[in-house]
Amino acid sequence: MIIASTLTTNLAILVLAGFVGFIVISKIPNTLHTPLMSGTNAIHGIVLVGALILVGLGGLGTFSDVLLVIAVAFGTINVIGGFLVTDRMLEMFKRKPPKPDDDPEKRP
Amino acid sequence: MSTLVPATIFLQSESFIYALYIVAFMLMIFGLRGLVGPKTAVRGNRTAAVGMAIAVIATLLSPQEGRWGLIVLGVVLGTVVGVPAARQVKMTAIPQMVALFNGVGGGAVALISWVEFRHYGSTYGSHIATAAAGEGFATYTTPAVPTYIAIFSVAAAIIGSVSFWGSNIAFAKLQEILPGRPITLGSSQQFVNGLLAVLAIAAGVALVAGVHSELLFIGMLLAAALLGNAVVLPIGGADMPVVISLLNAFTGISAAATGVALNNPAMIVFGMMVGASGSILTKLMADAMNRSIPAIMAGGFGGGGAVEGAAGAGEHAGTVHSIGAADAAIQLAYASHVVVVPGYGMAVAQAQHAVRELAKELEKRGIEVSYAIHPVAGRMPGHMNVLLAEADVPYDQLKEMDDINPEFQRTDVSLVIGANDVTNPAAKTNPSSPIYGMPILEVADSKSVIVIKRSMNPGFAGIENELYYDPKTAMLFGDAKTAVADIVSELASV
Repeated sequence: MIIASTLTTNLAILVLAGFVGFIVISKIPNTLHTPLMSGTNAIHGIVLVGALILVGLGGLGTFSDVLLVIAVAFGTINVIGGFLVTDRMLEMFKRKPPKPDDDPEKRP
Repeated sequence: MSTLVPATIFLQSESFIYALYIVAFMLMIFGLRGLVGPKTAVRGNRTAAVGMAIAVIATLLSPQEGRWGLIVLGVVLGTVVGVPAARQVKMTAIPQMVALFNGVGGGAVALISWVEFRHYGSTYGSHIATAAAGEGFATYTTPAVPTYIAIFSVAAAIIGSVSFWGSNIAFAKLQEILPGRPITLGSSQQFVNGLLAVLAIAAGVALVAGVHSELLFIGMLLAAALLGNAVVLPIGGADMPVVISLLNAFTGISAAATGVALNNPAMIVFGMMVGASGSILTKLMADAMNRSIPAIMAGGFGGGGAVEGAAGAGEHAGTVHSIGAADAAIQLAYASHVVVVPGYGMAVAQAQHAVRELAKELEKRGIEVSYAIHPVAGRMPGHMNVLLAEADVPYDQLKEMDDINPEFQRTDVSLVIGANDVTNPAAKTNPSSPIYGMPILEVADSKSVIVIKRSMNPGFAGIENELYYDPKTAMLFGDAKTAVADIVSELASV
């Protein structure tokens, strides 16, 4: 799979993705920059994909396997942890239905 | 794997997997677009998560050795660590969490590059050689990889390692495992940083040129690791938000570089999204502090000016006007327009719920309450918004700096809670101040100011705040949560 790669195609994807990223991200208001940052934590969890590709190659020896299991775990922490934290934060931004007796101390 | 039914062949075809990746890109971009407003943000985040899931599933479909045991082991480990951390983290600790997660991503990139080197490193620097793989495992032939792949892989290893260690230091500083003040080698710091960078890059160049030594690769990772430490340790607490977003950009770019090395478009696209986001936020924050990114990376700010601050305090001594909760309550009760200026001190004291209570009491009396949010209030951009949202403050009461600054002139009382440098008039009036030129919340324009603060100690930047010596400013000393709660109870009797 690595051999079939073409540098120019990938560089084109890289540059265009950068531009799309700049355009999309610059529209996000300051209010949501903290959820954005934890969201990007989840997005760079895409390294999980890289770790999975290498695990799939096989025949790399025990030490490489150990490194890859750690990499898979790191990627999973990013993806699952990142999206969960972001979801928790964004839920707080939703306007909650007004409760007659709202106890503000319910959360520690 | 040899007897495949046609459906499996289709599912495992590169075209089908690429088609799934394209669906994943669309979902990711639509998801990020949802973050333009609080109403669409939850759905946006979930859309992006679905995009990520599709990218992962597509990757698992591709023909492979089927070593599911290893994959399951890794995923289970990651879930066992990640889920409780994400569920339990306090909103005040989000900056540390982001730093830690960011480091983990950079670490994964460095490990992936390492394994790539173990697998293909013997062919680095040779386009045609068919070489045996390294010692210690079964000999098999590996086709030579193009040089650019070696370059991207090695570069990703360096950036990933810097990001991993830098983020861990940022985490340790924010978590107060390490002191927040700059830890520096003094004047030789820049030389050491430069030397480490040169060492890491030189090792990388040698590896790409065909020096097949795993020790050299490990040496390169170590030099990059030391560089990550050496760059972040001298940076003070006040600049941490900028560092976190810069490292965030690094992790994204290293993921994209790994994507080029592995010829995987999903890694390239997602990595660049993070790279773009981190770069934009870094620039925005540096602008909000009126500092250049190189100056921040040079370190030493945020604590260094403490001596200067102490001298300033002596000069001003005796002119501070201190009040109690009862006086503050009276002042607030007779106001018609109150602006709350929250800072990190409010977050540390967990005072956001008490502040919300106070605002409710004031609103019951027909007093208009809004919140002025400086772009770098808290320890991360937008951190204050999250803390106030947690306390159920409606987000339309949260005003950004440019919107609220003209409002201060018609504000009766500005209530500054645990904020310091972002209100310091010296940023406008004193060209010799280290924060001169930084955009501030113009609290001094309001008719009166109440500052809730633990003591007269200067803030993160270690700079004396002239606002506290202004005749219309009253200081209410104490823990933010207790002080605000006291004002609420005093209000009942006004």
